[in-house]
Amino acid sequence: MNDLSTSSQITYRAVLVEPGVVRRIRGLSDKSLAWLFITPTIVLLLAINIFPLVWTIYLSFTNYRANRPNAPTLWLGTDWYQSILTDPDIWAAMQVTAHFVIWTVVIETVLGFGLAFLIDKKFRGHGVWTTIILLPMMLSPAVVGNFWTFLYQPQIGLFNYLVAFVTGRSASSFQMLGDVTLSPWAIVIVDAWMWTPYVMLICLAGLRSIPDYIYEAAEVDRASNWRQFWSITLPMALPFIMLAVLFRGIENFKMFDMVNLLTGGGPGSTTEVASITLKRAAFESWRTGYSSAFAIILFVTVFGLANIYVKALNRVKSR
Amino acid sequence: MSLANAAHSVVEPSVGTRRFAGSLVVLYAVITMIPLVWIVLTSFKSPDDAISYPPRILFTPSLEGYCNLFTTRSRQTPEFIKTLGPPQGLCDNIARDRNMVIAGPSNYVPRFVNSLIIAFGSTVLAVALGTLSAYGFSRFRVPLKDDLLFFILSTRMMPPIAVAIPIYLMYRTLGLSDTRLGMILLYTSVNVSLAVWLLKGFIDEIPREYEEAAMIDGYTRFQAFVKVVLPQATTGIAATAIFCLIFAWNEYAFAVLLTSGNAQTAPPFIPIIIGEGGQDWPAVAAGTTFFLVPIVVFTVLLRKHLLRGITFGAVRK
Repeated sequence: MNDLSTSSQITYRAVLVEPGVVRRIRGLSDKSLAWLFITPTIVLLLAINIFPLVWTIYLSFTNYRANRPNAPTLWLGTDWYQSILTDPDIWAAMQVTAHFVIWTVVIETVLGFGLAFLIDKKFRGHGVWTTIILLPMMLSPAVVGNFWTFLYQPQIGLFNYLVAFVTGRSASSFQMLGDVTLSPWAIVIVDAWMWTPYVMLICLAGLRSIPDYIYEAAEVDRASNWRQFWSITLPMALPFIMLAVLFRGIENFKMFDMVNLLTGGGPGSTTEVASITLKRAAFESWRTGYSSAFAIILFVTVFGLANIYVKALNRVKSR
Repeated sequence: MSLANAAHSVVEPSVGTRRFAGSLVVLYAVITMIPLVWIVLTSFKSPDDAISYPPRILFTPSLEGYCNLFTTRSRQTPEFIKTLGPPQGLCDNIARDRNMVIAGPSNYVPRFVNSLIIAFGSTVLAVALGTLSAYGFSRFRVPLKDDLLFFILSTRMMPPIAVAIPIYLMYRTLGLSDTRLGMILLYTSVNVSLAVWLLKGFIDEIPREYEEAAMIDGYTRFQAFVKVVLPQATTGIAATAIFCLIFAWNEYAFAVLLTSGNAQTAPPFIPIIIGEGGQDWPAVAAGTTFFLVPIVVFTVLLRKHLLRGITFGAVRK
């Protein structure tokens, strides 16, 4: 992917230290210019990301409540962490999140890879159709989620009508958003609709990165199509598939907007993914300390899982 | 192998395979477009057509959804309406047919304007900061470069709600709650990580010889950056800007938690458009259509750079 750019960087570096060139550089030295260019970004991120993160860590050890800013703040130590990790409601939310993340990632990977495989056959007009397929992922998840509530209406919604049309059941006999067994799937369907193209696009890049001569060699060896798929296509596209899984996994672990507008976590708490639990605790019951601790736990979880996954990804890449 | 097969390269799929693959992809594309087409159709329906069963594909087009999106109306008696002068324009006419009188403009336009200001403001800032940093990371030996780049990326891994808790408190203290400036700064901080990663990839691809030649001709490093690198990076900067714009345009979580009226953008507003007796679906659809059209245009413009943008520059083509 970027082997080329690294190797060229090495040669240019050698040019840079040549004394003739260095003497020519007037004005600011490279070093001060580098810091001048980088510092504003770092300062902004420190102010708006890191400082708040540190503050969150501090708040997670206290009983602070944002709706009572003048009440005395008590130091609670790790109380919140202990109560969160033993709270069955939190574990229920984590299970809902896991169901959502696993199913969306599985469906999107299978469909996305399948689509990429088909598009890679380069039929006529594949460029136009690819752009059309990509549209859903560019749209606002909130606005789209809101509109899907209309499609899911039991009597008048298009989704119910089409399902009824295909299966012969009555369109008002099921409620995608109001039924405890169907609603976890309702959010999976919308996410798969939006984000399958994302996985498709990354897989397509993977398939196109496989050089033709490998297939030609396999053809000479009379390897069957089936065999070629399992021993060339899939292994060589695997790093790309894993990258797509990583990005989708992280994004869906953090999922808030689409689910908040589709179900708001309901019915009951059957679609209450972690971010919605967090929002309820932080901005509805105003348990700032408690929700800060939960936020930190979520962040550490994402960060930890992502790191483990990146290690696995690198191992696959270097193979 | 038969002669007919040998005529073309062995790795080229056959005509039959292509047609089969093509028809499956077209089928998927058609299914995936149904919800979007339905949004646009609904925006041109009358409220009765929008909620009819079975759903209507053929209907008399109406602009009532768009009228309701842009106005607020109040119910009046038919006798009162008769005392009024002739209706002023199409929307007034539609409203009077329903025994309503237009009371004034709705909040949609101000929300839309907020979306525009916040999206463009944060994009300009993020791209400016991102370009400088990307150049710095691309060309200079920065201590702890990889760690800094990873740190910049990792700020994207935090769940937005987790970030919103302390930002809410911080903005309350600083008086930035529900201000456009606050939202611009927040979106800039989210977008700058994308901008740095994407632009570093684009700038890495510009050969260093160009700047070095310019510096040998007497340019300073800064002049070389402005006069040589920036023009070369225009495409990359434009693509990055569109990605930042789309993020800020689509963002909902921060907007719904940190703004209430003044600085509220369109995404938290569209779902709360309600008419008499529940959601006014044609108006919601009209607001949605209006809001999505710019994104569709941008997607078509961006299609060659999409892959890079969605993977933070990890996959280039």
